[in-house]
Amino acid sequence: MKEFAYVRAGSVEEATSAYASRTGARYLGGGTNLVDLMKLGVEAPAALIDVTRLPLDSVEELPGGALRIGAMVRNSDLAAHPLVRHRYPALSQAVLAGASGQLRNAATTGGNLLQRTRCPYFQDLSKPCNKREPGSGCGARDGVHRDHAVLGHSAHCIATHPSDMAVALTALDGRVELVGPEGARSVAAADFHRLPGDRPEQDTEIRPGELVTGVVLPAATAGLSSAYRKARDRASYAFALASVAVVLRLEDGVIGHAGLAFGALAHRPWRARRAEEALLGAAPTRAAFEHAVDLELAAAQPLRDNAYKVPLARNLAVDVLSRLTDAALTGRAS
Amino acid sequence: MTGSVGAPAERREGREKVGGTARYAAEFHSPGRAQAWPVPSTVARGRVTGVDTAAALEMPGVLTVLTHENAPRLAEPDDPTLVLLQDARVPHRGWFVALVVAETLEAARAGAAAVRVAYDAEEHDVTLTASHPGVYVPEDANGGHPALREQGDPDGAFGSSAARVDVAYRVPPLHNHPMEPHTSTARWEDGRLILHTSSQGTGAVRAALAGLFGLPEERIVVTAEHVGGGFGSKGTPRPDVVLAAMAAHETGRPVTVALPRRCLPAVVGHRAPTLHRLRLGADTDGRLASLVHEVTTHTSRIKEFVEQAAVPARVMYAAPNSRTVHRVAALDVPSPSWMRAPGEAPGMYALESAMDELATELGMDPVELRIRNEPGVEPDSGRPFSSRHLVECLREGARRFGWAGRDPRPGVRREGPLLLGTGVSAATYPVMVGPSTATARALPDGSFLVRINATDIGTGARTVLAQVGADALGVPLERVLIEVGSTELPSAPLAGGSSGTASWGWAVHEACAGLAGRLAGHAGPLPAQGLEVRADTTGAADSESEFARHAFGAHFAEVAVDTVTGEVRVGRLLGVYAAGRILNARTARSQFVGGMTMGLGMALTEGSTMDAAFGDFTESDLASYHVPVHADVAGIEAHWLDEEDSRLNPMGSKGIGEIGIVGTAAAIGNAVHHATGVRLRELPLTPDRVLTGLLDRWT
Repeated sequence: MKEFAYVRAGSVEEATSAYASRTGARYLGGGTNLVDLMKLGVEAPAALIDVTRLPLDSVEELPGGALRIGAMVRNSDLAAHPLVRHRYPALSQAVLAGASGQLRNAATTGGNLLQRTRCPYFQDLSKPCNKREPGSGCGARDGVHRDHAVLGHSAHCIATHPSDMAVALTALDGRVELVGPEGARSVAAADFHRLPGDRPEQDTEIRPGELVTGVVLPAATAGLSSAYRKARDRASYAFALASVAVVLRLEDGVIGHAGLAFGALAHRPWRARRAEEALLGAAPTRAAFEHAVDLELAAAQPLRDNAYKVPLARNLAVDVLSRLTDAALTGRAS
Repeated sequence: MTGSVGAPAERREGREKVGGTARYAAEFHSPGRAQAWPVPSTVARGRVTGVDTAAALEMPGVLTVLTHENAPRLAEPDDPTLVLLQDARVPHRGWFVALVVAETLEAARAGAAAVRVAYDAEEHDVTLTASHPGVYVPEDANGGHPALREQGDPDGAFGSSAARVDVAYRVPPLHNHPMEPHTSTARWEDGRLILHTSSQGTGAVRAALAGLFGLPEERIVVTAEHVGGGFGSKGTPRPDVVLAAMAAHETGRPVTVALPRRCLPAVVGHRAPTLHRLRLGADTDGRLASLVHEVTTHTSRIKEFVEQAAVPARVMYAAPNSRTVHRVAALDVPSPSWMRAPGEAPGMYALESAMDELATELGMDPVELRIRNEPGVEPDSGRPFSSRHLVECLREGARRFGWAGRDPRPGVRREGPLLLGTGVSAATYPVMVGPSTATARALPDGSFLVRINATDIGTGARTVLAQVGADALGVPLERVLIEVGSTELPSAPLAGGSSGTASWGWAVHEACAGLAGRLAGHAGPLPAQGLEVRADTTGAADSESEFARHAFGAHFAEVAVDTVTGEVRVGRLLGVYAAGRILNARTARSQFVGGMTMGLGMALTEGSTMDAAFGDFTESDLASYHVPVHADVAGIEAHWLDEEDSRLNPMGSKGIGEIGIVGTAAAIGNAVHHATGVRLRELPLTPDRVLTGLLDRWT
């Protein structure tokens, strides 16, 4: 069998130096995706640096009201955390919309961000895939691609990012904290994942050896509401056909803040900047929502068998925007 | 009579299964046991021109690599899917071209990844269409049914009918995907072959092995002690059986072959896709004048298997003019096979959807339309029914479901973003029964031992057979011990076609009743070895019946369709069955509910996509092939009528393993139409299809 080294890191420094000293190393979180990919032969790390013992397993409020989520916080703990549930319901809802109870108990926040596409061609070594094997081609483009991207795809890759959680983090203006050989830095969640372009093998902006240590959410100011909604083939344990995270605040009867991100439409959580711009300052009407979302989705380039994703995403976004504003307006009236 | 039959007896092996001590085929650990991993073909048609095993053989732990160049020669089997590693031909993608045997599963898997296979690939054709030039009408469809039956003048009668429905439906390929993959552990001892396998019938496995390896059956033992589901895919021996026996022979070691989940779609059968055209012609009262059901399906290049989806139309409704026909195209696809209610499940989806369309066309209640077309005798054969209580199932179901007063108008019940609707479908499944043997022995300690090579594939067969035996003996259930699942036991047919309990139970009943008679005439203590009676139902169980024998049922469904997403949720699913005498209320309910759940999957979530470019099924794991999860199944109820039928078997039972899936998909599809006004004619009803339909209608 293919042998690999296993190192259990006790600190972030230990983890990054263990990674640096071994070529072909991978960080191991809950293993819910990486181990599967190893069994399939898609990943063949020379070393696994187990980071699940790192002291990054808490959710803490920072001075000023921001929230830091340690990279090792398990998905189920994240979804159940009172501060997350009360201040960032979109995040809690998104996490609970993903996977199954057993998987959420094992999966970590950092690992969730770094999970890989479930494109069937990526997972099948006998078929071409530019993400798995650059230059080999894309089996999905002319193949079975009902679940694939409608936004931001390239001739090289039409895969989608599978995470629900990352979509909420994107809409919530989260930042991903990283520690690597060149020190610590943070990247906006919206910029953390990449579009495929001509380098689909590179899922994220992470640099070699960098470890995700946490995610920081900005303070949830008064009146900020959020929600996540996902459409899928079965009621649980299915990846999104399309999903949306909406973060909203009304100010004086108009939209004072809008964060909108789509899942399962692109190679990364799709931050809908154009829609957000159109919403800002607008009265919260269904017509305004539809107009804004249509502006965003005008860029969609559906493939032969996934055109349904465009109206689905539109419906989801308009529905969640409507429900959030209805709740906010009702709440104000009461 | 002690009244064991009918009682909700708990399944005897339940504790072992829940506690993890029940042994499955991969769990027979004998010293030196090796593991194996298959190498599937990566072309859909062609020939293997070379297999480079050098890298694999150099890997630590790899014992051998079997290929068509070095594998033991097998005699020609009846089943071409078992001609494994015998020649260079590749009939479909996923066909096994090598097997790596190693000390551990991990080493075997790594070895398999290191095997390099060169092919001479040919153009392949895997796409089924109704107009495919290769389509032909075979002689028979599965089950020996004639492919074509015609009565009267169906085309003329259709043309002159007042109300007409002419529609097409499509059911995609579906996979059985039992929880336990197909697995065998084999070892050879002094020229004898011992095989622990996961099968619905070890007798057929032994017969296949005897033929392939040229061994007398007495030198082969096959056991299937516990089986983690089969749904038809374990009804015949699968590649694991042959590969394990070969590998054990070549290595001199016990070998386990547990087929990887991702290999299953290609090598253990599947429900073939079916394209249906239905034409129903009726008078204004709803009486059918013409019924035409035409089915087109695929089979593989190596085996003709024709899903008999037009056969239920020969049973269901009185129509003086009818045509039922099957057409098939042999493509470069994996060999299809049995999957729970082959024929009835897809066929009744189409027929019962078309009946719903006819009811809409007539402005008639769909329950009433079915009742109006109730036949006096089996329409196609003219034989009287041994019992038929479809009308009673429909009426009882309607009563329990609250069908009365239903507003027939589609697309008018809104609750916020949800559209609500209800639907109904009939169900049918034939009564099958085969000859079996069994022994019953009275032991001096007061217990009774019943032995029969039945297979408990998770149905509760052990428990039910003990109940049958206890009643025939007139003793309490706990005094009856039972042994099943081995070719060392009296021979019996497989668990398939919903025939197991009827076939085995008949022999158990005869043996136990015979023993009770012997004991009645016996004076004094029993001899140490006890008293044994053997029964053989040959000549009785397989005698031709003058009656048409079928179980019937009715399904009712209530759905909510989300207009935002196109997601369909089934709030209520209710089935009422007339299936003879129900022998165990607890395990029977599990069978009905399990079948209905599988039907819900067929309706909403399960679908397999043939990749035209690569020639394989795309969904190859349980993350992408969506069987329903708990959250998909809200309210589900199964009820049955107390049906008495003395023309079946001594227990008066009909099979119940499959009828639950039949009709469920149509009931749900009809409810979706009632909810939305959109008639979707291709399964599964996933959000992409439903939303697209809603947008076409509502915007």
